[in-house]
Amino acid sequence: MSRFDADAIVVGAGPAGSCAALALARAGKNVILVERGPFAGSKNMYGGVVYPRILDELVPNWWETAPVQRWVVRRSTMILADDNAFTIDYRTPSWGRPPYNGATAYRPDFDHWLSRQAVAAGATLVTSTTVTGLLRDPAGRVNGVRTDRPDGDLSAPIVIACDGVNSFLAKEAGLYTATDAANFTVGVKETLALPRSVIEERFGVRDDHGVDIEILGGTSGVNGGGFIYTNLETVSLGVVLKLPKLTAQSKRPEEIIAGLKRHPAIAPLIEGATVQEYSAHVIPEAGLSMMPTMVTDGMLVAGDAAALCLAAGIWLEGVNFAMASGMYAGRAAAAAIDQGDVSAKGLAGYTKLLEESFVLADHRKLKDIPGLVLSDRVQQKYPGFVTSVIERVFRVDNPNPKPGLRRIVREERKRAGIKLGDLLRDGWKGMRGFG
Amino acid sequence: MDFKIARDDTWPEISFEERIGTAEFRIHERAHIVVDGDTCRGCSTRECVVACPANLFVPTSDGGILFNYENCFECGTCYLVCNKEGAISWNYPEGGYGVVFHRT
Repeated sequence: MSRFDADAIVVGAGPAGSCAALALARAGKNVILVERGPFAGSKNMYGGVVYPRILDELVPNWWETAPVQRWVVRRSTMILADDNAFTIDYRTPSWGRPPYNGATAYRPDFDHWLSRQAVAAGATLVTSTTVTGLLRDPAGRVNGVRTDRPDGDLSAPIVIACDGVNSFLAKEAGLYTATDAANFTVGVKETLALPRSVIEERFGVRDDHGVDIEILGGTSGVNGGGFIYTNLETVSLGVVLKLPKLTAQSKRPEEIIAGLKRHPAIAPLIEGATVQEYSAHVIPEAGLSMMPTMVTDGMLVAGDAAALCLAAGIWLEGVNFAMASGMYAGRAAAAAIDQGDVSAKGLAGYTKLLEESFVLADHRKLKDIPGLVLSDRVQQKYPGFVTSVIERVFRVDNPNPKPGLRRIVREERKRAGIKLGDLLRDGWKGMRGFG
Repeated sequence: MDFKIARDDTWPEISFEERIGTAEFRIHERAHIVVDGDTCRGCSTRECVVACPANLFVPTSDGGILFNYENCFECGTCYLVCNKEGAISWNYPEGGYGVVFHRT
């Protein structure tokens, strides 16, 4: 019998942890998945949409069993200024049929479902158990975790930390050099109850089709953004707020949500809705610049715990990065066990898998975008500039002849107090940054 | 259809107590977050008061901070924004306790 309780301990049964445990179990490894909530997903919320394409590798035809609210067939980006709005809206029925693209889902449902896939593959899920620290061998290598259960130590040659954005394990292991509030936003959300037929009328969808609207502006001057998306019988509406900007003013998060709800472009969508659940979560928003070292002796880190959340304006993704990084961590861990080397060197295959896939490729390509999107000009000046240009383009001001587009842009840019050099620089940065 | 649409851009406004009451909290007798009252008394910036989504940090008339861990979302905002070393000791609640999300 092995001197260990398992081949690997995975901490946290969110999308990263369940995929790590699933990959390990599929590789024939004995894996324990530890979750501090009473069920997987009970601690998790987000601002949106799951893009489960990566699950094709782990759960073929996942769409037949995944607990989805609505398939996103409309994707809108809305720019809000004082009382007006400019929206770019794309829709296609093709995202509403197999193999699908993105879906809205309640995380307590989705994450629970994903954890059951890991259990079905042979992983042992232990819920209602908080991991309180790491165990190390005399040489300092991680070889297990301490939990809050009596005699709750769990030993294994490998620990995969999928313990979320606050990852105490990654910090304890020294994988983060510093924690800077400027790298984080707080997402605050209301799940708003509305009759199904009302949602479908207001958002222009039918059956199990849904809408995801991402919003720039409308956050009471606090750098961040907003979102609205449709579930079957609720609409989720929330804001994401950059922490140092939130604390530099006096409006509380729920007041900022109330301001967004009052906006003339938003209010008609949610009139008469009652709050069914209020929730909040912190988001690692700074991308590549805040990421930790991904492996150390006996330990890997994945998902939000590794800051693998993509907040790149037109792309706002996290669950897919969590699922993929968890899967790669599980595979790299299984390979390291097979080769008998669970040192940082033996686990280096994980970093390679991240780099060869979208997980780090997207983050490298878009490394300058999170900073640009949350910058003061993009947040404070550009929304009003864009909507006032659009207003003048579409306003019919007869008998005056139409002004030229160039003149409108120049005048509105000056009115917004934007220097031409700054606009060109940001434009260049965006063009380069988005690749 | 019996659903009534409001006549203006309003919706049923709710108190913070009602708002926080929509979330489920399984409260453990031991506080998972401990706030050092003396440090907070000397703090003038009080980032936690405006930022905590659960509104758990309330200034008192004598210049202190009243803190309640029971309705905590376990998000981490408070310790991330706090400028005072050691003012907020932050841990996760015991396994099985704390916030339980359902429709989010």
